[in-house]
Amino acid sequence: MTPTSELELSDMIKAVNGPLRIVGGGTRPIGHVMGEVLSTAALSGITLHEPGALTLVARAGTPVVDIEATLATQNQRLAFEPMDHRALMGTSGQPTIGGVVAANISGPRRISVGACRDFLLGVRFVDGAGNIVKNGGRVMKNVTGYDLVKLMAGAYGTLGVLTEVSFKVLPAVEAETTLTLSGLDDTTAIQAMSAGLGSPFEVTGVAHDPAQSLTHFRLEGFAASVAYRADALSKLLAPFGIMQDTAGDWSAIRDVTAFAGKTGDVWRISVKPSEAAALAAKIGADAVQYDWGGGLIWALCPVGTDVRTAMIGTAGHATLIRGTGQTFHPEPAPLADISTGLRARFDPRGILNTGIMG
Amino acid sequence: MQMPIPDASVIEHKDQIVARLLAVLPRDAVIADVVETRAYECDGLTAYRCPPMCAVLPSNTDEVASVLKICHELGVPVVPRGSGTSLAGGALPTADCVILGVAKMNGVIETNYDDRYIRVQTGRTNLSVTGAVEANGFFYAPDPSSQLACAIAGNIAMNSGGAHCLKYGVTTNNLLGVTMVMMDGTVVDIGGAYMDAGGLDLLGVICGSEGQLGVVTEATLRILPKPEGARPVLIGYDSSEVAGQVVTDIIKAGVLPVAIEFMDRPCIEATENFAHAGYPMCEALLIVEVEGSDAEIDAQLALIMKIAAKHNPVELREAKDADEAGRIWLGRKSAFGAMGQINDYMCLDGTIPVSELPYVLRRISEMSKEFGLDVGNVFHAGDGNMHPLILFDANKEGDLELCEEFGAEILKLCVEVGGCLTGEHGVGIEKRDLMHVQFSATDLEAQMAVKDVFDPKWLLNAAKVFPLDASEPRRVA
Ligand SMILES: Cc1cc2nc3c(=O)[nH]c(=O)nc-3n(C[C@H](O)[C@H](O)[C@H](O)COP(=O)(O)OP(=O)(O)OC[C@H]3O[C@@H](n4cnc5c(N)ncnc54)[C@H](O)[C@@H]3O)c2cc1C
Repeated sequence: MTPTSELELSDMIKAVNGPLRIVGGGTRPIGHVMGEVLSTAALSGITLHEPGALTLVARAGTPVVDIEATLATQNQRLAFEPMDHRALMGTSGQPTIGGVVAANISGPRRISVGACRDFLLGVRFVDGAGNIVKNGGRVMKNVTGYDLVKLMAGAYGTLGVLTEVSFKVLPAVEAETTLTLSGLDDTTAIQAMSAGLGSPFEVTGVAHDPAQSLTHFRLEGFAASVAYRADALSKLLAPFGIMQDTAGDWSAIRDVTAFAGKTGDVWRISVKPSEAAALAAKIGADAVQYDWGGGLIWALCPVGTDVRTAMIGTAGHATLIRGTGQTFHPEPAPLADISTGLRARFDPRGILNTGIMG
Repeated sequence: MQMPIPDASVIEHKDQIVARLLAVLPRDAVIADVVETRAYECDGLTAYRCPPMCAVLPSNTDEVASVLKICHELGVPVVPRGSGTSLAGGALPTADCVILGVAKMNGVIETNYDDRYIRVQTGRTNLSVTGAVEANGFFYAPDPSSQLACAIAGNIAMNSGGAHCLKYGVTTNNLLGVTMVMMDGTVVDIGGAYMDAGGLDLLGVICGSEGQLGVVTEATLRILPKPEGARPVLIGYDSSEVAGQVVTDIIKAGVLPVAIEFMDRPCIEATENFAHAGYPMCEALLIVEVEGSDAEIDAQLALIMKIAAKHNPVELREAKDADEAGRIWLGRKSAFGAMGQINDYMCLDGTIPVSELPYVLRRISEMSKEFGLDVGNVFHAGDGNMHPLILFDANKEGDLELCEEFGAEILKLCVEVGGCLTGEHGVGIEKRDLMHVQFSATDLEAQMAVKDVFDPKWLLNAAKVFPLDASEPRRVA
C-alpha cells in the first residue's frame, strides 16, 4: 500500500483487517514487525520552509537528504543531527523524515541542543482507526492542549502513521573544531567529558572510542569564538593531557560505523555518564563506543548476550538495535499498563507495527 | 465562564471525607475551615474564584498517594496546586474538590554536577532550583518571569517557558524524569538521570498536561553550566514592521541570541512612567541579549548592531557594564507591574509565526479601537510568543466580559495566521472554550483519550483544558 494523500491513507486504514508494517525508507529495521507493507513514499515533499522563523514542515515520506539540501541553501540545518542507520544495519534506501521522528533519532549534538523530539513542533498522523489527527503546529512555543507531538516521537508508528511533521531548525555554523585527548581509560575519559560538558564553553559533541583510546570534543560557532573556546577548553582539561586538533569524523561517531559489517548484536544503552564505564565493563561486549559524554553506550555483543540482566541496579535503558530478541527494555508494571492503554486507544484493532513495542 | 455543577453528594459528605484525610495526614496538613480554604480560592487569574471543599498539604509522595487513594475511592475531584501563579486558572478549585498543594514539598533530593542534574520535590520554587546549584557554577534554564514564586510542579504542568527559551528551550526540554502519583494512588517513576530511553515518551505528554494526568511529586531536572557572561542591546524603531524585520534578519544571520524581547509604544510609555528606565519613545523597542566571554559578546553584538543599523533605528544602545545592562532590562522586567498601575489587565500569550508579527500588531491595534480597550504588547519576539496586555476596569460593569471578548478575538487571530492559543501559560479555564478554534473534534478526542488512560474516572482537574461540552460525556460517566 502506497497512499498518496492523508485521506487515502485514512481510507486504507479503515478498510484493512490485518496488521500493517509501516515503512519510510526502510533503512532502520529496528524490532520485528509482520504485516502488509504500508509505505509513506508517496507522502513526500517539503510544504513550508520559513528561514526567518526557523521552521520547516515536510510530509513524512520526504527523504532526509532533500530536507538537508533545502535547509543548506539558507545556511540552516537539523540541529539534532539525525543518525543514518544504513551502514550499521546493512540496509539501503533513503532515510525519511517520518522514520527519523517515529524512532526519535538524534546524533552526538543531542547532548547540547536536544533530541529530535525537542525540535519537533507539530505532527499530523492517521491513527489505527483511520482518524486524521493534528497536534502542535509550526510555532516554537505552544502549550495548547496535550503534547501528543512528544508522544508520537519515538512511538515507532504504534500510535499512528505520521503524515506530516514540522521542525524548529537552526542556523548552520561558521566554524567547527574537534579537540582530542588520547590514552585515557574509560573512567578517566568520562571524567574529562563531564568536565568539558560542565564548562561554559558549549561543547556540542563529546565521544570516547576505547578501541583507539581517543576522546573527542567538538566546538562550533563563529570562527573567533570557536578559537577562543578551544583555547579555554584545552587549558581546563590540561590535567587530562594535551588536546590535539583533529579532523573529527562526527558522522562516523553518529552512525556507529565502527560496528558496521561486524557480527554480533548491537545495543544502544542510555545511562548516567558516571555509571557508564562500570556498566560497559560488565555487559560482556566485544566493543563499545561512548557518545553524549558517556550517557550513551553503543555496544557490540556476541549474539544473544543478555545485557539487561547486567544492568540490574544501574538506572537506565537498553534497546536492541540490531539482533533478535526483545527490542525495548521491559517497563515496570504500571508504566507498561499506561503504554498498553495508550496503544489500545490510538490503535484499537492492534494493526500498526504490532509487536514492536510489546 | 462556566464551571460544571459541583457534585452535591461529595459536598454532603465533606465531614466523612475530611475525617478520612485526617487519618493519613498530620492535623495541620488538612484545611477544611471555610474561612481558611479561601486562601486557595483562585490562582493568578484572579477574576475567577471558588473556595475548594478542602485543601491538603502533604509532605511527601507517600502522603500524596494516600490522599489520592481516598479521593479515588470516594469519587472526590482533586485539583493539584503548586504556588498558584497560573494565569490561565489552571489551579482554580471547584466547590466539590480537594486542593492538593505541594508547597510543603520543597526539598532538594540530590544534586549531581558530573552528570549535570538535580532532583527536587516539586513544591520547590523555580528560582531556588538555580539557587541550589549556582554556587557550583550551574543554573536551571527555564526562567518564567514568576520564577521567584512559581513551583517546579506548576512549571511541569504548564510546560512553562521564560525569556531565555530561544536558546535553552522550555520546561519539557529540560526535564529528565518525574515521580508521579496517579489518581488511584499508584506511584510511577518515569525517566531519570539519563536521556531518551526507549518506549513511549510518557514524560513528554505529562509535561504540559495541566495537572490532569497525575500529581507530580519529584522531578529530575537538567542543569547547565552558567555562561561566562551576558549582555543586552536596546534598539528602537519608528515602526513595528521594521522591528519585526530586524528580528528576522538577526535570526537569519546565524546569531542565536538567548533572548529577543519586544515592546510597543503603549507599553514603553507605561513602563517609562513607572520605572524610568530611560527608554526612547518610539513605536517598537527590541532588547536583544547574547552570551559568552567578553570577546564573544562583543563580536555577536557588533553583528547585531550592524543589522540593526541598516534599518535606521531611532536608538541603538549597547550595555557597557552590568549597571547599563540592568537598566536596559529594568523597563522590560517592570512592564507587567507598570501596566497594572494603569488598570486591571488580562495577559494573553498566543504564539504566531514571526513573519506575521507586523500584520498581527496592526490588527490588534485596530481591534483595540473597535473594543475601546487599550492594549500594550510586550513579548518574546524571537519565538513569536505574544503577550498582549488588555487593560480593563474590573469594577466597571461589563468591562471584564468585553475584555474577554477582545482577548478571544486576538487568540483567534493568532490561530488564523498559523499560530496557537497559548505559548506558555496553558489553557486552564481561560482558553478552554476556544480550543475548537485550533482543534477539530477528532484532535480533541485524541487528547482526551490520553486522559482516559491515566485517569479513567476523570477526577483530576477535569473541568480544565477541554471545552466542557466536549469533556462532559467523560466527566459525568
Ligand atoms: C507575574 C507573572 C508572570 C508570569 N510569567 C510567566 C512566564 O514568563 N512564563 C510562563 O510560562 N509562565 C508565566 N507565568 C505563569 C505561571 O507562573 C506559570 O504557569 C507557572 O508554571 C505556574 O506555577 P505554579 O507553581 O504557580 O502553578 P499553579 O498555579 O499552582 O498551578 C498551575 C497548574 O499546574 C497544576 N499543578 C500544580 N501542581 C501540580 C502537581 N504537583 N502535579 C500536577 N499538576 C500540578 C495545577 O493543577 C494547574 O493546572 C507568570 C505568572 C505571573 C503571575
